[in-house]
Amino acid sequence: MTGRGRLAAWGIGLAALIALPFVYRDPYHLHILVLILIWSFAYTSWSMMGRFGLVSLGHGGFMGIGAYVTALLWNHLGVSPWIGIPVGMVAAGVLALIVGYPCFRFRITGHYFVLVTLALSGIVLQVITATRDYTGGSLGYTPNRASGNKLLALQFDDKTSWYLIALGVWLVGIVVWHLIDRSMSRYALEAISEDEDAAAAAGVDVTAEKLKITLISAVMTALAGAIYCQYQMFITPDTVSGIAVSLQMVFAAIVGGLFVSLGPTVGAVITILLTETLRIGFGTKAVGWDNLVYGVLLVLFIIFLPKGILGSLLDRLKSQRKVPRAHEQKAVQIARPGT
Amino acid sequence: MQAFLDIFDIYLLEAVINGILLGGVLALLALGLNLIFGVIDVTWICYAELVMIGMYAMYFLVQYYGISYFIAAPLTILLVAALGALLHFLVIAPLLTAPPINQLLATGGVLFVLQSFATVAFGIDFRNLGIRLPVLAFGDMNFSYARLLSFLAALVGMVAVYLFMTRTFTGTAIRAISQDRQIMALMGVDTKRIYLITSAIGGGLAGLAACLLVLQYDVHPFVGLSFGPITFLICVLGGLGNFIGGFIAAFVFAEIISLGGLFSDLEWGYVLAFAFFIVMMFIRPAGLLARRR
Repeated sequence: MTGRGRLAAWGIGLAALIALPFVYRDPYHLHILVLILIWSFAYTSWSMMGRFGLVSLGHGGFMGIGAYVTALLWNHLGVSPWIGIPVGMVAAGVLALIVGYPCFRFRITGHYFVLVTLALSGIVLQVITATRDYTGGSLGYTPNRASGNKLLALQFDDKTSWYLIALGVWLVGIVVWHLIDRSMSRYALEAISEDEDAAAAAGVDVTAEKLKITLISAVMTALAGAIYCQYQMFITPDTVSGIAVSLQMVFAAIVGGLFVSLGPTVGAVITILLTETLRIGFGTKAVGWDNLVYGVLLVLFIIFLPKGILGSLLDRLKSQRKVPRAHEQKAVQIARPGT
Repeated sequence: MQAFLDIFDIYLLEAVINGILLGGVLALLALGLNLIFGVIDVTWICYAELVMIGMYAMYFLVQYYGISYFIAAPLTILLVAALGALLHFLVIAPLLTAPPINQLLATGGVLFVLQSFATVAFGIDFRNLGIRLPVLAFGDMNFSYARLLSFLAALVGMVAVYLFMTRTFTGTAIRAISQDRQIMALMGVDTKRIYLITSAIGGGLAGLAACLLVLQYDVHPFVGLSFGPITFLICVLGGLGNFIGGFIAAFVFAEIISLGGLFSDLEWGYVLAFAFFIVMMFIRPAGLLARRR
């Protein structure tokens, strides 16, 4: 697809997505779409790091911070989410820097990085549970209903507004993905994920590049948490924070495809539709079945299809098309080293 | 003796000793994980879920089939050992050449499978064995008898593993593989077989831990999440694959949790332990006992 053709396809697709809630108003289906968009955004944020080999299990922590900071500021201090959400994002960013800087400075990679971030999401979960006088602990927390201005409180009753907000946020995620995809940082980070020492020797500032991507990813995840909180109006430590949420992000991103911009979105569509279908099909008997299917799929995907559904599909399409010209071949090679 | 006890805050002492007892169980949990990591170079994220399955096995054997605890325990250990070998055969073996992160994530998938399998098969009720062991009173201090028993069994388990690793041919082969993965195949050691055996031993240790934990805690499908993360942190703090480091780290962690819990809520004990872990990662990234690079 040429650049212009791709742009046109994006434009048409986007116009259709924006027009959708005005044509089709079934609240349940819109609700599912909003959930898909919010989680897609969270998964996209995660895979910004994940695609460069920075597998983090701490994103549940960032998401929890975004959600709880926003809700706590609103309930206890009456601060509007319009201020609360940026505060939550900054808090998540600061935490990401505090943990990330020493991690990258001291070359904590691979297993060790995964486990340090695991500790991070453990801390956030335990702090939320421990401060139960303020956060409601594991029973969950509900932001107060706004008595006055709905817009100021970022609380809307109709699904259409939420759909448009979620769509906007999701779009921001995709745009940021593409910006990173085009930037020099992307090449630097790919070099780092291949061989850190070689990248450093080639003049890449390893610590700074990793910090940058971690910061972007954490801040965006916090935003996803805050939006989720405002939409659902009910959060528990288990639904927005902790290790289970982190693993869920990893799972969806891998199933959809880590290395393509719409991969995490495809992952979100698949996982949420799967959950909902099982829930409707089997009712309360389905408790646990969705995760059972997730788990089996995750294992199968990692063994047989590590690039995910969309990634593998695009690869297949690409190889079927005409043989690329010499300079394209080179470009493709840089883009997918050794995968 | 009483004079000695009077000097210290009695609750402090009780917390310290309870910490040591908790440390024994944590050390046992970390031992199995460390073994797997040291030899196969894989982190079983689902390790705690294997323990959870073992706890269910104990529950059903003892409660439903009325088998005595001491016969049920070896059966459970065997079952979880078989599960460990199966896990290796089905999930890890196809991924041995894949990037390490993929192996870790695949076991994350197994975590989902085991957790939801337990939810589907056993429901989300909290269940316990119904065995209430007496509480041991010593001076003004109270210790749970179950914890003392776990501590002793953990010590025995660790000594047994140590003897196996140092005194038998297979154990020597396992240690050799953990030192150099490639060369041992050339020395005529069947690495696949050793990996399977190691996984089975790792599973067996998880089974042993399950037999002990079921005495103290109720079992439910998400019980793994309550001690799983702490087990990984202990292994990392001790240096992945370093048995002695893991042993010491388990006691350090248990003391932090126990003392933190004394001064405030139990959750703050965990928070302290996690924060301590992150700080230690920056000071000694390769584990407590590692020499500075």
